[in-house]
Amino acid sequence: MGALMLDRRDLVRQLLIDRGDLLVVSGLGSATYDVAAAGDHPLNFYLWGAMGGTAMIGLGLALAQPQRRVAVLTGDGDMLMGIGSLATIGVKQPKNLAVVVLDNAHYGETGMQASHTKAGIDLVAVACACRFREARAIARIEEAAAVRKLLHRDEGPILVSARIKKEDVPRVLPMRDGHAIKQRFIAALNGA
Amino acid sequence: MPAATIVHTPSKIEASWPDAIYHHFQRVGVRQVGYVPDAGHSRLIALCEADPNIADVLLTTEEEGAGLVAGAALGGQRAALLMQSSGVGNCINMFSLLRNCGFGCVVLVTMRGEFGEFNPWQVPMGAITDDVLRLSGFLTYRIDNADDVDELVGAGCDMAFDGNLLVAFLLSQRLIGRKQWVR
Repeated sequence: MGALMLDRRDLVRQLLIDRGDLLVVSGLGSATYDVAAAGDHPLNFYLWGAMGGTAMIGLGLALAQPQRRVAVLTGDGDMLMGIGSLATIGVKQPKNLAVVVLDNAHYGETGMQASHTKAGIDLVAVACACRFREARAIARIEEAAAVRKLLHRDEGPILVSARIKKEDVPRVLPMRDGHAIKQRFIAALNGA
Repeated sequence: MPAATIVHTPSKIEASWPDAIYHHFQRVGVRQVGYVPDAGHSRLIALCEADPNIADVLLTTEEEGAGLVAGAALGGQRAALLMQSSGVGNCINMFSLLRNCGFGCVVLVTMRGEFGEFNPWQVPMGAITDDVLRLSGFLTYRIDNADDVDELVGAGCDMAFDGNLLVAFLLSQRLIGRKQWVR
């Protein structure tokens, strides 16, 4: 990877372009800002806390809505904290769930301390070991279109580790009221 | 090293209170049940596994269950969690998700660390389980008698799912049957 690292905002924007009725859950911190920067949408469930829980929210949603596609976008820190949930997802084998880890190998919110993936801990290998049907790492923006297709079409569970640049980008803050985020999501889902 | 085997009091494990809980799951339309395996919940887990209308979700740690409940609710489904008292401590921060967004949730907690507990390592968490749940925003109901399960769990399920409240039941060690350690 090295020099071939992704711009997180550019990647997330490309993954969510023409998103249709895709359901999106974003992990706290930068992933939530990235999803908001790609364009606010009522079918975004933004997390501002509950670190480690993002993938499980995706699982509950995927099980409840088997006809819809669910995309979890989160950081490496959140995924590492909820690493057991990859095993839980592997047991249930949801066909409609994809997890995209925006992996900069650092904890961006707290001062850019190195995360476990910096030391070579491999979330793609973990996902494979947890019986994900598709697990891959990407580091080039040209791969975004293929990942976007994965999110919309391929049989899950899917995990993509996107090697993004370690950089601070301006925060784009979406709504923070948990009740409002929930109610807007449910209303949009029921109305769609 | 002497081998120890564990057996549960047979008369209690065959009791029908898990069936009463399961019938309320059916009545209110619980469609997802998250759990970490537990002897006290073994019959209820088996009933849920056998039900094609319920997705039984085996968790690696109880806090995953709070995320599951939230995701299920976003997708229009009701979910319940089964855990042992030790698991309540694992959930504390993740419960903030439920409270912060107003997700209704029913948690059935089998108690350890009380009433003749053989294993002292269960006592510290068992002694604070009720307090932890209440501080986390749950209404808690302790159940000692099997005859009370039907009425209390029925009322609690309605409160949780009709009112988006957090409701927990502490199924006491006297109800479940204390864990018997036989050398």
